[in-house]
Amino acid sequence: MHDVAAQVSNFINLDVANITYLFLVGFVGGLVSGFIGSGGAFVLTPGMMSLGVPGLVAVASNMCHKFPKALVGALKRAKYGQVDVKLGIVLGISAEAGVLYGAHIQENIKKTFGDAGSNLYVSVAFVVILAVVGIFVLMDAWKTYKSGTTNEEEKVTKLARWVQSIHIPGTMVYFKSLNARISVLFTIPLGFATGMLAATIAVGGFIGVPSMIYVLGAPSLMASATELVIAFVMGLGGSFKYALHGMVDIRLAMIILGGSLFGIQLGAIGTTYVKPFMIKVVMGIIMVIVLFSRALMVPVYLSQLGVIEQLADGTVKMLKSTSFAIMIFALALGAFIVLRAMWQGRREEKLAQQESLAQSKA
Amino acid sequence: MSAQEEKKKKKPIGPLIVMGAASLALYVALLMNQDIVNNNFAQGGLYAFLPILTAFIFSFVHGNFTGHFWSAMGVEASKKKKEVK
Repeated sequence: MHDVAAQVSNFINLDVANITYLFLVGFVGGLVSGFIGSGGAFVLTPGMMSLGVPGLVAVASNMCHKFPKALVGALKRAKYGQVDVKLGIVLGISAEAGVLYGAHIQENIKKTFGDAGSNLYVSVAFVVILAVVGIFVLMDAWKTYKSGTTNEEEKVTKLARWVQSIHIPGTMVYFKSLNARISVLFTIPLGFATGMLAATIAVGGFIGVPSMIYVLGAPSLMASATELVIAFVMGLGGSFKYALHGMVDIRLAMIILGGSLFGIQLGAIGTTYVKPFMIKVVMGIIMVIVLFSRALMVPVYLSQLGVIEQLADGTVKMLKSTSFAIMIFALALGAFIVLRAMWQGRREEKLAQQESLAQSKA
Repeated sequence: MSAQEEKKKKKPIGPLIVMGAASLALYVALLMNQDIVNNNFAQGGLYAFLPILTAFIFSFVHGNFTGHFWSAMGVEASKKKKEVK
C-alpha cells in the first residue's frame, strides 16, 4: 500500500474551470454512451490526464463513473424494452475475466517495454480493432441506407444464424434479444474479448456491441442497450479492484457522472426516435475517426522505443495535440448526429400527430 | 382537456425540485469536504467500499434528478416505438 499515500497526494486540486470541463466532457460522453452503449471513456481518461491526473488514477476514476452511469442508462433503456439483462450479465461476467487478463497483459508489457511499449500496444490495438470492426460496421450501415431498408426489421447475419443453429448439450441458454437458444460457449469468448478491449482501450463496447449484432444476432438497439449492463458489471468489478488500492478519485468520478447522467438520459431517449441503423452509423463513424487519432500517435511511441528515428519535440507535441483534438471531434460529431437524429425524429412525430389531429377534425 | 394541458400537468416539478436539492446537497458536501474525502476514500482495503457506495448514492439521486429534468423540459421518449422488435 506504499503507492496509496503517493496517489493520495497526486489527487489534483479542483477549480471551477476543471469542474466545468469534466462536467461537459462527461455530458457528451454520456450522450453517446446512452445511444450506442459505450464511448466517451477514450476521451475522458486522456482528458483527465491533461489536467495533471496520474494515468492510473484517471483510469480508475473513469471506471468509477462508468458503472453508475451504465446502471442509470440500462434502467432507462429497460423501460423501453431494449435491455436483455440475462445476456448482459452472462457477457458481463466473462468480460470481467477479460478485464483482469487484459490488465495483466498490460502490466507485463509495461514491465518489459516501459511506458512507450505499453502505449504502443494500446495504440496498435486501437488501430487494428477499430479499422476492422469500425469499417465493417460503417459499411453495413451504408448498405442498409443504400438499399432503402432502413425502416425494415434488421436481418440476422449468416454467422449469427449458424451460431444459433449449433446445439451443444448442457450449455444452451435462451436469450430474449436473440429469441433463440445459444451455447454459452459462444458468449464466453465474446465477453472475454469485450473485457480485454475495455482493459486495453477503455471502450469494450466497440467489440461488445458489434459481436452481439453480427455474431449472436441481436437487434442493434438491444445490443447497444445490453452493452450498458456489461459496462455496469465490468465497471463495478474494475472500480472495486482499483478502490482496493486507493486509486479512485471519487471527486473526479462524481463530477463526470454529474454531466454524464444528463447525457445518458438524453441519449437513451434518443434511441426511441431513430431508425436502428443509426446506432451503427454513430458507432462506425466514431470508431473510424478515433482510429486516425490513435494512428497519429504510433510514430511517437515507435520513436520513443528507438524503432524509428527520434522525432523532434515540436513534432511530438503537434502529433499529441492533433490526436487529442481528433478524439474530441469524434465524440462531438457522434453527439451531434445523436441530437440531430433525435430532433428530426421528434419533429416527424409531432407532424404526424398534427396531421392525424387535423384528419380527425375533418 | 387538450393534449397540451395534459402534458403540462404530467411534468414532474415536485420530484424534480426534491431530487435536484438532494443532488445539489450531495455535490456541495463532496466538494466542501475534499480533504476528508481524499484522505479516507483512498486508503484502500475495506475503505474501497466508500467510493463504490458513494457512486451508487449519487447515481440514484442524480439519476432521478436528470430523468425528471428532461421530462420537465418536455424531452420524452417517442410514444410510437416503446418496444424493440
